[in-house]
Amino acid sequence: MAEVTLRNVGKRYDDVVAVSNVNLDIPNHEFLVLVGPSGCGKSTTLRMIAGLEEISDGEISIGGEVVNDLPPKDRDIAMVFQNYALYPHMTVAENMSFGLKLRKFPKTEIKLRVDNAARILDITELLGRRPKQLSGGQRQRVAMGRAIVRNPKVFLFDEPLSNLDAKLRVQMRTEIKRVHQKVKTTTVYVTHDQVEAMTLADRVVVMNNGKIEQIGTPNDLYHHPKTRFVASFIGSPGMNLIPAKLENNGGGLNVRLSDKLSFHVPESRAARYRTHTGKDVLFGLRPEHLTETRGSENGVGQEFQITLDVVEPMGMETMVFFKVDGTEVCGRVEPTAAKNSGEEMQLRANLDHMHLIDPATNVVL
Amino acid sequence: MSTAAIAVPTTKRIGVGVSLRRNRRWALMTSYFFLILFAIFFLLPPYYMVVTALKSDAEMARMATNPWFIFDGATLDQFKILLTQTDFLIFFKNTAIVTVCVVAITMVVSVLAAFALGRMKFWGSGMLATGIFLTYLVPDTLLFIPMFQIVKSIGLLNSYWGMVLVYPTLTVPFCTWIMIGYFQSIPKELDEAALIDGAGHMQMLTKIFIPVALPGIIAAMIFAFTVSWAAFVYPMAFLYSADQQVLTVGTVTSLIRGDVYKWGMLMAGALVAAAPPLVIYAFLMDYYIAGLTAGATKG
Repeated sequence: MAEVTLRNVGKRYDDVVAVSNVNLDIPNHEFLVLVGPSGCGKSTTLRMIAGLEEISDGEISIGGEVVNDLPPKDRDIAMVFQNYALYPHMTVAENMSFGLKLRKFPKTEIKLRVDNAARILDITELLGRRPKQLSGGQRQRVAMGRAIVRNPKVFLFDEPLSNLDAKLRVQMRTEIKRVHQKVKTTTVYVTHDQVEAMTLADRVVVMNNGKIEQIGTPNDLYHHPKTRFVASFIGSPGMNLIPAKLENNGGGLNVRLSDKLSFHVPESRAARYRTHTGKDVLFGLRPEHLTETRGSENGVGQEFQITLDVVEPMGMETMVFFKVDGTEVCGRVEPTAAKNSGEEMQLRANLDHMHLIDPATNVVL
Repeated sequence: MSTAAIAVPTTKRIGVGVSLRRNRRWALMTSYFFLILFAIFFLLPPYYMVVTALKSDAEMARMATNPWFIFDGATLDQFKILLTQTDFLIFFKNTAIVTVCVVAITMVVSVLAAFALGRMKFWGSGMLATGIFLTYLVPDTLLFIPMFQIVKSIGLLNSYWGMVLVYPTLTVPFCTWIMIGYFQSIPKELDEAALIDGAGHMQMLTKIFIPVALPGIIAAMIFAFTVSWAAFVYPMAFLYSADQQVLTVGTVTSLIRGDVYKWGMLMAGALVAAAPPLVIYAFLMDYYIAGLTAGATKG
């Protein structure tokens, strides 16, 4: 177990910059998730830590030792791949012990470790089978088992759940979290699924276009996004972003979304936004802060009238979609409060949670 | 009402089923017809060989009988004489030695070459792979003239060891090509997992790639075996004494004297010579097919 440090790490393929200037300090025992859309450089970053890709710039160290020029086998890491990468001609036990055998561990020690890992992952009865005879979830467990037996300094996961069906994915997500709580090995986990990132991570790193957009705890990213990208990427559905204008309203500020709709900016936030008065901004509000009007727990809100476009019942809640000056907006309401599409409905915007984004810089104000 | 509503689609479904069954019957009948036609076409020559090999010289000399049947009773005399009074066994032994050596050399060279060209990306690897395949396109009927000079210059003319040297020029390019395709079809993550597990390139090849690519390797082995067992032009050009000769050329040259054809022994010799490839094909056919269709589906 060890800490991992990345200093100004970059990767170039000829003229294409895949990753640039990545700085990360991953303390011992942390579960860090790299998340972002495909092509954002998250997998490349992970593969550079693994030693499967050479680094173009910067320095990577594991456990205080610079590993830039070390081959993967000497970095004391274990990796779980998206397509499992199990050796098809070996049994589960042989798959798990392969790395230990190459490192010339004594047989008794190998057996002990394999049995222990199999117990942790509940695959003891599968040890004699070959990968072909296993289901997707079982294969993924074996791939994790292969990582655990090595007892490495760092676990690296490269989209390990992407090949599984939705139900199994949720199950394995819990499993991964449980295993991490048990073995506590420093973990770097790559995914494009922000729900996976939020549920698993101690800290999440959001990447976009080869750069880090923001690093923080899941709650931090959700409630205090620093950029437009993080605001729209984290959360499902993402934050509503509506073009608006900031206007002076006597002593206070108004954010005007359309000719008919304008919200009063709460006092607590007005000071922060005052310098942008008169400018175009993006008004951001999460769907759960656009709710039905009844009930008292909706916080300080401002009510407004909309015409429902699409209504999506989800069971415990209902998503309502409507347009504000051409921009689609999503709200979350109680199933019993929802009306049908085409009908008018009164909604309440909880402006304590509003964000304003400068469209020129895409930075949250 | 409801009965009628149910009855209509049911009748329709039966109609579709009948026409499907009829279609299938037609397809099967046509397939059987052509399969039987081809089976007869390809089995006639071996049948003729067996019939002729089991006849006595006297029966063959008698022109009055139908050559497709045995009239005087089957005899193994042709086989006995072939194995005891000719150099056939020497040819067989020479061929076996040459073939085993050629298959071994081919497999070592082509597996290593294919692994390097298919998996270890380096500058020019793609061009080299194409280059190797291009050499396969030069026929041995052209190559044997310069090859003659080379074999002669190293003193291997009229020695079956010369064949061990020249046959791989036919087998290595094609086998390398098959193996490159096979190795490339193995997911990249498998070698990355092996790298992280601590395997070097040699361990990766022997412990992961060779076992996983076994069907492809066996397909390549069968190809090398067939080429080397059946080669004709090179031994014809480079070997001239009986003790160095191989089956293909030896059988023909020793059993055709001027205009005298020992038909019985020729056929018996051809049958015995065809036995080893037949046995190998029979046992490894499944692997061979799996190897040739590799990459069609992801295993």
